[in-house]
Amino acid sequence: MTLDDLVGGLASGMTLGLGGWGSRRKPMAAVRAILRSDLTDLTVVSYGGPDVGLLCAAGKVAKVVFAFVTLDSIPTDPHFKAARQSGGVEATEVDEGMFYLGLLAASQRVPFLPTRAGLGSDVLTVNPWLRTVRSPYDDGEELVAMPALRLDAAVVHVNRADAAGSGQILGPDPFFDELFLGAADRRYVTTERIVPTEQLAEEGALQTLCISRLLTDGVVETPGGAHFTTCVPDYGRDEAFQKEYVAAAGDPDAWAAFVERFLAEDEDGYQAAVRECTAERAAGSGQGGA
Amino acid sequence: MTMTDDSGVSRAEYCAVACAEVFRVDGEVMASAFGTAPALGARLARLTFAPDLVLTDGDAALVDGAPPLGTRPEALVFESHMPFRRVFDVVWSGRRNLIMMASQIDRTGNQNISAIGPWARPKAQLVGVRGAPGNTVNHTTSYWVPNHSTRSFVEQVDVVSGVGYARAAAAGPEATRFHEIRFVVSNLGVFDFATPDHTMRLVSVHPGVTVDDVTAATGFDLVLPAEVPETRMPTPEELHLLREVLDPSAQRDREVRT
Repeated sequence: MTLDDLVGGLASGMTLGLGGWGSRRKPMAAVRAILRSDLTDLTVVSYGGPDVGLLCAAGKVAKVVFAFVTLDSIPTDPHFKAARQSGGVEATEVDEGMFYLGLLAASQRVPFLPTRAGLGSDVLTVNPWLRTVRSPYDDGEELVAMPALRLDAAVVHVNRADAAGSGQILGPDPFFDELFLGAADRRYVTTERIVPTEQLAEEGALQTLCISRLLTDGVVETPGGAHFTTCVPDYGRDEAFQKEYVAAAGDPDAWAAFVERFLAEDEDGYQAAVRECTAERAAGSGQGGA
Repeated sequence: MTMTDDSGVSRAEYCAVACAEVFRVDGEVMASAFGTAPALGARLARLTFAPDLVLTDGDAALVDGAPPLGTRPEALVFESHMPFRRVFDVVWSGRRNLIMMASQIDRTGNQNISAIGPWARPKAQLVGVRGAPGNTVNHTTSYWVPNHSTRSFVEQVDVVSGVGYARAAAAGPEATRFHEIRFVVSNLGVFDFATPDHTMRLVSVHPGVTVDDVTAATGFDLVLPAEVPETRMPTPEELHLLREVLDPSAQRDREVRT
C-alpha cells in the first residue's frame, strides 16, 4: 500500500498510536502524510518525539497521551512545549511504565494491569479518573490500575518488512512497537525496504523478526521514513536537521519557511529537499574550511 | 600522584565522588546515571568500591567494566541486552540504583521534571514525568542538581514526578515499601533525608562553599547539623581515574565550574 492508503485508513477524532521512542525510529513519513491530510482532532498516544511536535504544530491534535516528549539530544520539543503552554492541547501524562502497561493491557484484552508506578505522584492527581485496585490475596496491597490504552490505529516504522507485513527491527531496541500494534484496531507498518520473506533471515538474527504479520494490516515502503529521527543501522539521527527544526520552530516566519521548503510536498519531495539541504550544508562547511 | 590538599581538585571532581557514594552499598544492581557527574560517579564506584555494579551503555545494553565517557560503541563490551521493555522488569524488581536530574526538588524529596507552573497550563513545559513516579516507589533514587538555586530547591515542587517521603507516606505502605531517596548532590553540597520527619538535611558542603552559601541558594529551611563537614576529597586513585581514564577531556568541568 501507499502512504495515501494508510492515511485513508485513518479518520478525524481517532486515537492514534505512534511507535518509536523520543527521537528514535519514529514513523515520520506517516506523520508527514498526516500533516498533508485533512485529518484533525486526533488523540496521539506516543513515547513522544518530533512526531508529537509536528502534529501539534499543524493543529492536528486534540489530546496527547504521553510520559515525555523529547528530541533526546535536545531535551524538549518546541512545538509540544508551545501547545502545552498555550493550552492548545489536552494532556494525559502518565509514568513511562504505566504507559507500557496500558498498551500491554490493551494487547491482552484486559481492562487494566496493576502497578506500583504512579502511587504518591501527581500522575494520580492530574488524572483524577485513574483508579487503584486492591489485591484479592493476603497481601491486600492497593496498587494503581493502569487502564488499557486502546488505539483506533497505530503506525510503527521498521528497518525491513515483507509484503505480507512481517516486520524486522535491526536496531538495538524494538521499543514498544509490538504493543502499539497489539493495542490497535488498524495496524500499519512503514519500512525502509520491503524484501522477499526469504531474505529477512539474511538481514538479521531471528529475534530481529519481532513484528509478526498477525499484528499488521498494511505495510508501506518509505525509504528514509524515520528521518530525522534515528533508524540505525540504516541511518542515525540527522542532528543538524533536528537543530534546524528546533531553530525554525522558535520563529513564525522561519517555521512557515521550513514548512514551505520541507513539508508542503509529498514524501518524495521531502526526501529531495532534505538531500538538497544536506548538500548545501556540506558545501557551506567546505567553504568555511577553505 | 600525591595530593596533600584540595587546592588542585575541581568542584566537578567533588561532585563526581559524591555521586559515586550513592552506589557504595548495593552490590549487584543496575546503575543508571543522568548527567556528567553521575555518569562519572557510577563509573568510579564500579572501578573502586562497588565492583559488582552493572553499568549500561545508555542505549539498550549492559556493558562490562566502566567505559570512559564518549567511548565508541564498537569499543564497548556488551554483557546483556537491555531494551526499554526489559528495563521495566529491572525497575520493578528493585535491582536498580538511579541518579536522576531534577528541575525542582523540595524539602521532602519530591522531584519535578514535568512542568513549571500549573500542570493544566504550564508556564514552562518540561520533558514530562518520564519514569520518575515508578522509579521512586520501586528502587533507591538519588538526584543530581548542577545548578543549585532557590529556583531548583523549592518549598514545594509544582508537579510531583519523583515521589518524596511525605507523599509516599501519605500514599501508604504500597508506596513506602521500596522507597528510598538516598542523596541529593548539587554543585554546592550533599543532602539526605536522615531526619526524624524525613526532611532534607545538609550532609556536607563542597570545599569553597559555606553553609550560608547553601542556605541562601535554598528556597526552604534545611536541617543543619551543628557541624557541617566538607565533602570528602577524591582519593589519589579516584583523581587518576577521573582525569586520566574516564574523562580526559574534562567534560565534568563544563557541567560544573569551580
